[in-house]
Amino acid sequence: MIAFKLAYRNLVGAGLRTFLIVFVLSVSYVLIIFMNGLYQGWEREGKFEMIRWEVGQGQYWQNNYDPYDPVTLTDAHAPLPASFEQAMENGSAAAILVTQATVYPEGRMLGIMLKGISAGQEVLAIPTDLLIPKNNEIPAVIGTRFAQNANLAEGDNILVRWRDVNGTFDATELTIAGIFNSSVPVVDNGQIWISLDRLQQMTGMPGEATMLVIGEDAGLPAEVTGWEFQGHDVLFAELDQMIKTKSIGGSVFYLILLALALLAVFDTQVLSIFRRQREIGTYISMGMTRRQVVGLFTVEGAMHAVLAMLLGAVYGVPLLLYVGSKGLGMPEGTDSFGLAAAQRIMPYYSLALVLGTVILVVIATTIVSYMPARKIAKMNPTEAIRGKIQ
Amino acid sequence: MKNGTIITIENLARHYPVGGGRFTALSDVNLTFSRGEFTGIVGPSGSGKTTMLNIIGSLDTPSEGVTDVLGTTSKEMTPKVAATLRKKHIGFIFQTYNLMSVYTVYENVEFPLLLLKMSASERKKAVLDALEWVGLTDKIKSKPPQLSGGESQRVAIARAMVKRPELVLADEPTANLDAKNSHHILRTMEELNRELETTFIFATHDDKVIQYLRRIITLEDGRVVSDERIKQ
Repeated sequence: MIAFKLAYRNLVGAGLRTFLIVFVLSVSYVLIIFMNGLYQGWEREGKFEMIRWEVGQGQYWQNNYDPYDPVTLTDAHAPLPASFEQAMENGSAAAILVTQATVYPEGRMLGIMLKGISAGQEVLAIPTDLLIPKNNEIPAVIGTRFAQNANLAEGDNILVRWRDVNGTFDATELTIAGIFNSSVPVVDNGQIWISLDRLQQMTGMPGEATMLVIGEDAGLPAEVTGWEFQGHDVLFAELDQMIKTKSIGGSVFYLILLALALLAVFDTQVLSIFRRQREIGTYISMGMTRRQVVGLFTVEGAMHAVLAMLLGAVYGVPLLLYVGSKGLGMPEGTDSFGLAAAQRIMPYYSLALVLGTVILVVIATTIVSYMPARKIAKMNPTEAIRGKIQ
Repeated sequence: MKNGTIITIENLARHYPVGGGRFTALSDVNLTFSRGEFTGIVGPSGSGKTTMLNIIGSLDTPSEGVTDVLGTTSKEMTPKVAATLRKKHIGFIFQTYNLMSVYTVYENVEFPLLLLKMSASERKKAVLDALEWVGLTDKIKSKPPQLSGGESQRVAIARAMVKRPELVLADEPTANLDAKNSHHILRTMEELNRELETTFIFATHDDKVIQYLRRIITLEDGRVVSDERIKQ
């Protein structure tokens, strides 16, 4: 306790030098929390949106399905097992059939994924109510990105051509019944959604699907013959990897800043021990052991981190809360990488992040404060009292 | 140890390695000091005065011989024991004052009491008493750079005396002071010596100090050449 009291007095006495170090350290605190909060916010929001629009609580993939290899799509379909029926009936699962197709908007030719999904399902946010036909037209829904690319609007008709189960080409016209806005590009870019029944009929694959997306309480067995369950660990792997990569890249910036602040603390400690030898000798003459003096100087250095935390809180808390409530606009095209990214990311500052940052900075500062202070243990107090350089 | 004796030094020698050989700072010193003495160790520069003071103050250890300071012998003087001895029983006054420049006068004087973990109210009373002894109650908020040399040394005396130690070791306390300030602080120390029965041992070659001493031990080349008691 006495070390803290003395350290505080010494730091306050050092005035501007203390303030400058404390300020740079406080910026490190705020930046570390802000940057990581941003990534955590992106991750949370990205996952939340992916669950809503794409992955649900997990997916069963027909064994041949490989989302990264469109060639496999021809064979990636099979009759839905009886064990899926109840979950589909009570709305806790939605079957999707995927096939390749071509559309011809304004005379252009675009390769797309034509997806059939249970009309009226509630597992995903795709507005499948609009897929229930009201007349002879085949209603389809698309996302805003594809609508923009293909220059399509609600009520437009578009010619689509596909191959059925036998490899025979067929074509028909779809009517755009609705355009949805999703932050998950995978359900939007180059995708046209129609009702599952209609696509099964068009492709000659009655009762078949490529995947089954499950919602809460689907109660399905973990293993179903011919189908493989994909949990969130697999379905979020790409997003996790991207955020990890971005996070490492971003951390370089604040780690440089932290290193500069730590260097300043180290430098101050070295200078203090060099300049304050007389003081060190006096402490020893008054009854402090060398170990206590090492402790005093270490605490003094580490106190920079504590003061920085307080200063960081003064301007950082309102700043981070403001950004946390308003969010941060993402640059246009962020989601063109194919990853879920909302237009505004709301940073998320978890308790673990704040505590982790405080512990990181305090420990790092304590270590760089202790390293030069070890020299005190080797000092001769009688020479230190006279201020003789050792 | 005889009744009233607080320091015994037997066959003390102190050598320091210098280059390939060694330098002898003290040799064959035998002395005793009693409670309440006002003693000076005098001699020219390099005669071993400060070394003797440092050994008595447990800041240094003998190369040969034994010391017994306030019941603790040099053989049992581990760094921790030495620190405790200094903390509780010994006050130091230095030629260069050695005040903490970032602390106020009050905080400087309070420091030894913080090490003794005294309560805030006890500390406050003791600090104000000590500052009253040295006549600096009006400077408690000043910092050392704002004080004159005489005032700084009086703060150093207050700091040494605040814990009411049994022994005060003063190394050339007047070396940086003019005659007026020297007499002032010497009178202060003499009064404290009489009032509190604190033992004062000076290392000095200043005549102004010598005229106040009641015992003068003269060192030359690390040896005691005279030990004279002055009748006053």
